Amino acid sequence: MTQKRKFAGLPWLALAFPLAACKAEVLAPAGDVAARQRDLLVTSTLLMLLIIVPVMILTVIFALRYRARNRRADYQPDWDHSTKLEFVIWAAPLLIIITLGALTWVGTHLLDPYRPLDRITSGQPVASDTRPLQVQVVAMDWKWLFIYPEQGIASINEMAVPVDRPVEFTLTSTSVMNAFYIPAMAGMIYAMPGMETKLNGVFNRPGEYKGIASHYSGQGFSGMHFKALASDEAGFDAWVARARAGGGTLDRPRYLELEAPSENVPPMSFADVDPQLFQRVVNMCVEPGKICMAEMMALDAQGGTGLAGTMNVQRLTYDKDQRRGTRAPVLGWEPFQIASFCTPEDSARMFGKSPELTRTTVNMTPLRGHALTPPKGLFTPSQDNAVTLLDPTRGQAQKF
Amino acid sequence: MATFSNETTFLLGRLNWDAIPKEPIVLGTFVVVAMGGVALLAALTRYRLWGWLWREWFTSVDHKKIGIMYIILALVMFLRGFADAIMMRLQQVWAFGGSEGYLNSHHYDQIFTAHGVIMIFFVAMPFVTGLMNYIVPLQIGARDVSFPFLNNFSFWMTVGGAIITMASLFVGEFAQTGWLAFPPLSGIGYSPWVGVDYYIWGLQVAGVGTTLSGINLLVTILKMRAPGMTMMRMPVFTWTAFCTNILIVASFPVLTMTLILLTLDRYVGTNFFTNDLGGNPMMYINLIWIWGHPEVYILILPLFGVFSEITATFSGKRLFGYSSMVYATVCITVLSYLVWLHHFFTMGSGASVNSFFGITTMIISIPTGAKLFNWLFTIYRGRVRFELPMMWTLAFMLTFVIGGMTGVLLAVPPADFVLHNSLFLVAHFHNVIIGGVLFGCFAAVNYWWPKAFGFKLDVFWGKVSFWFWVIGFWFAFMPLYILGLMGVTRRLRVFDDPDLRIWFAIAALGAVLIAVGILAMFVQFGVSIMRRNRPGYRDPTGDPWDGRTLEWATSSPPPAYNFAFNPISHGLDTWWEMKQQGATRPTSGFMPIHMPKSTGTGVILAALATVCGLAMVWYIWWLAGLSFLGIIAVSIAHTFNYDRDYYIPVPEIEATEDARTRQLAQGV
Repeated sequence: MTQKRKFAGLPWLALAFPLAACKAEVLAPAGDVAARQRDLLVTSTLLMLLIIVPVMILTVIFALRYRARNRRADYQPDWDHSTKLEFVIWAAPLLIIITLGALTWVGTHLLDPYRPLDRITSGQPVASDTRPLQVQVVAMDWKWLFIYPEQGIASINEMAVPVDRPVEFTLTSTSVMNAFYIPAMAGMIYAMPGMETKLNGVFNRPGEYKGIASHYSGQGFSGMHFKALASDEAGFDAWVARARAGGGTLDRPRYLELEAPSENVPPMSFADVDPQLFQRVVNMCVEPGKICMAEMMALDAQGGTGLAGTMNVQRLTYDKDQRRGTRAPVLGWEPFQIASFCTPEDSARMFGKSPELTRTTVNMTPLRGHALTPPKGLFTPSQDNAVTLLDPTRGQAQKF
Repeated sequence: MATFSNETTFLLGRLNWDAIPKEPIVLGTFVVVAMGGVALLAALTRYRLWGWLWREWFTSVDHKKIGIMYIILALVMFLRGFADAIMMRLQQVWAFGGSEGYLNSHHYDQIFTAHGVIMIFFVAMPFVTGLMNYIVPLQIGARDVSFPFLNNFSFWMTVGGAIITMASLFVGEFAQTGWLAFPPLSGIGYSPWVGVDYYIWGLQVAGVGTTLSGINLLVTILKMRAPGMTMMRMPVFTWTAFCTNILIVASFPVLTMTLILLTLDRYVGTNFFTNDLGGNPMMYINLIWIWGHPEVYILILPLFGVFSEITATFSGKRLFGYSSMVYATVCITVLSYLVWLHHFFTMGSGASVNSFFGITTMIISIPTGAKLFNWLFTIYRGRVRFELPMMWTLAFMLTFVIGGMTGVLLAVPPADFVLHNSLFLVAHFHNVIIGGVLFGCFAAVNYWWPKAFGFKLDVFWGKVSFWFWVIGFWFAFMPLYILGLMGVTRRLRVFDDPDLRIWFAIAALGAVLIAVGILAMFVQFGVSIMRRNRPGYRDPTGDPWDGRTLEWATSSPPPAYNFAFNPISHGLDTWWEMKQQGATRPTSGFMPIHMPKSTGTGVILAALATVCGLAMVWYIWWLAGLSFLGIIAVSIAHTFNYDRDYYIPVPEIEATEDARTRQLAQGV
């Protein structure tokens, strides 16, 4: 209601109604984020029309008025400069862009997909104790996997959320780049292999909406869409209960089967899901025995594993099954990988809480260079970390 | 998916009989192309034109002939690119209600990739390069470009790239990745066969040509201007060409390097852009757009120059705000390097980064807007003649503002989040590339055709083409804006929602109208060539439009040496001032003119490079090695060729100039 009142009387509305009638979801969304994005889109358009429309009208008027046949029109072949006009033609677009730039700066920060929502809809802020619904999304070849970590269920090509509850999507992909987009809910965000992106959104009206892949990902791309169901809490609980009753477990072997390419996959659900699965997908270590990216990066951050790193290798098979004709590069060798070093306890610790994964402690110990001459003057190291330095009195390296 | 094998043999690499596509559509195309090709070759042989073609055109280092050959290449490739467009439109209106359409995904995905690659690299680029090649030396009063042999070589490298790209249609496959081949999709794991390799080598070979021609024109503009022509007296087209070539020289090496890294990933198993082992696909996307965004301005800037020339000429008036035009061009040149990230706001860069790039993008619209106002005020208090070039210019002004507006809209990150990768985006860039680049090219062809060939183009067929093109454009792309607002993404092959179909049908109708426009344009060329000696067509004066810049000072077509005497510039619009002051054409006192000699080395080098590229695509290592050695050997041998120049003797110049004197006397 408030939305409508806000734009009542604007000429855009006349244009938007027939478009809304033809399902212009971008202009008539059902979620607050998409609605605010739409508002910004409309405002920017109107702002630019302030200058576009006069230019178009002037073009036509000038072209007609100064046509060669119209001998009564003023003709000044050498008139080529006017400081006043020059000022206007640079200043007018500049003013528009300053306004638009300010709008952009504010809008981009407010509508950043990573920013937790602060309101459900206009005039209805998010209560301080509300926790957004967590949904983990994996773009696969060519279907969408949704994992609900709190509910412990998973589904393919169908997702459900309660209306008016903020949703936080965490996204990744198994093979190639893709983009996750529910036009009625919020803008799109890319889902990329080995990387994690986030998207915050909310539905304000119940219904069944379309969700699409909006970045071309290969052969089965056209069929890679899903149903996004928005209903009240009870409806959502019923959907979860149905998934739980449906049976099926999504563990690591099942996931590896699932990620093989398939097209136009009908929706399905799993009653149980491996709680580590999403973190393993992001870290590209669903396959048994493969070292996880986070673990490898932690090792590298501490100076790498030296010789051990060259001994524990085995063939890289991470995305072999859903690759499209895997083989080694013609002049290179088969890619290899490092086998996992860590004990089950290490893994459990690593996958226990995801935020900790991203904050690996940086080893601040200085690099050890036994034979290097220590820097002099301003850069002379303090005594604390001079353990590796040459002993000036003895002329040889200290022993540790 | 097509069956393919990566088993290699020594002699043919991975090329074998299975590599020839057997799909009826491809086979049919092949038969038609082969018959056309054979007919063309037979005609050339029958009329004994081979020697003439080789001596007068292929080996020529004359910038005018090379410019014309560039534009012919662009027009030929345009037909291929447009055929792809029509096929996509047909598929998208067909594949509804459970129908798969008539193209399988393997074929369809190649078509949209090829359409983008061909239209940008082998239509827009050669067209623009051809125009700059032809016009710039004439406008600055030079006799050729700085490095005439390099010019010929650059052209043939572009042809080589086009040949490699076209070969993929009949042997093997083209990339199925979209026109920028984002990894990991374009990596060896997800595109294991030859498609992406064709893409890489086609662009690498053509890219050498583009980079070298950029260097060539840059040096030409800096070093070969007529006496008295300071930078701020250069015609605006030359200014825009100057900025474009700066962009080419600075950005094409980035493309080359990016493709080399992708090549290494695909051929020797490095991991620059892979998922595993520390590769980072986002780095490719940054790199390719650091080239890709300046590329957009490489295409549009010269046409801004064309519109400036045309508006001033047909308004019979000095260009309004020349210096503001120049500064606007320079601003755009610099800013074009600060906006690349707006192509992937949706990859999660964070709000501050996104707003920075969004705002820099918007800032570009300020100088662009200033340009538009400058054209507007050039018309103001002018005497506008609605000849074909001016009609295209007005159509551009009315179309381009819409494309510019939607472009700024997409630069607002929150708006981009809902419109990125949608058909709205597709509509936007076609709006600026067709409405700006292509309309500009057509304006330029109609404007400079009399200069190049000595007769004007037919007005009736020109108008038919104009109206079908302009109306067809609006029909073809306005529905895509609407579809984008309906949340329809690009590169889809089949659709579920029947409500979308009507819009695709309108877009398909638009494509048909454009097809009529294209046909009418070729009819226009044919009719004009047939009627070239009629009074309404023939241009004996060399200055059919009452032009302002130096290219109109010489005859149409210009003699090989362009100007018998170096013109001297005393201000902007040199030729206009000469006419105002009643300057007379010198008819005696000629000196021998030093000219570069034709050479076949450019053709040979480019042919070897093409063979090398094709051999690399198919893993025929011995051939790749041999042709690469061949390139080096021929290059070295060419440095020992001292027979590179000659003097046009005075009697020959006198004869040419006397003929012109007689022609002028008849014409008046």
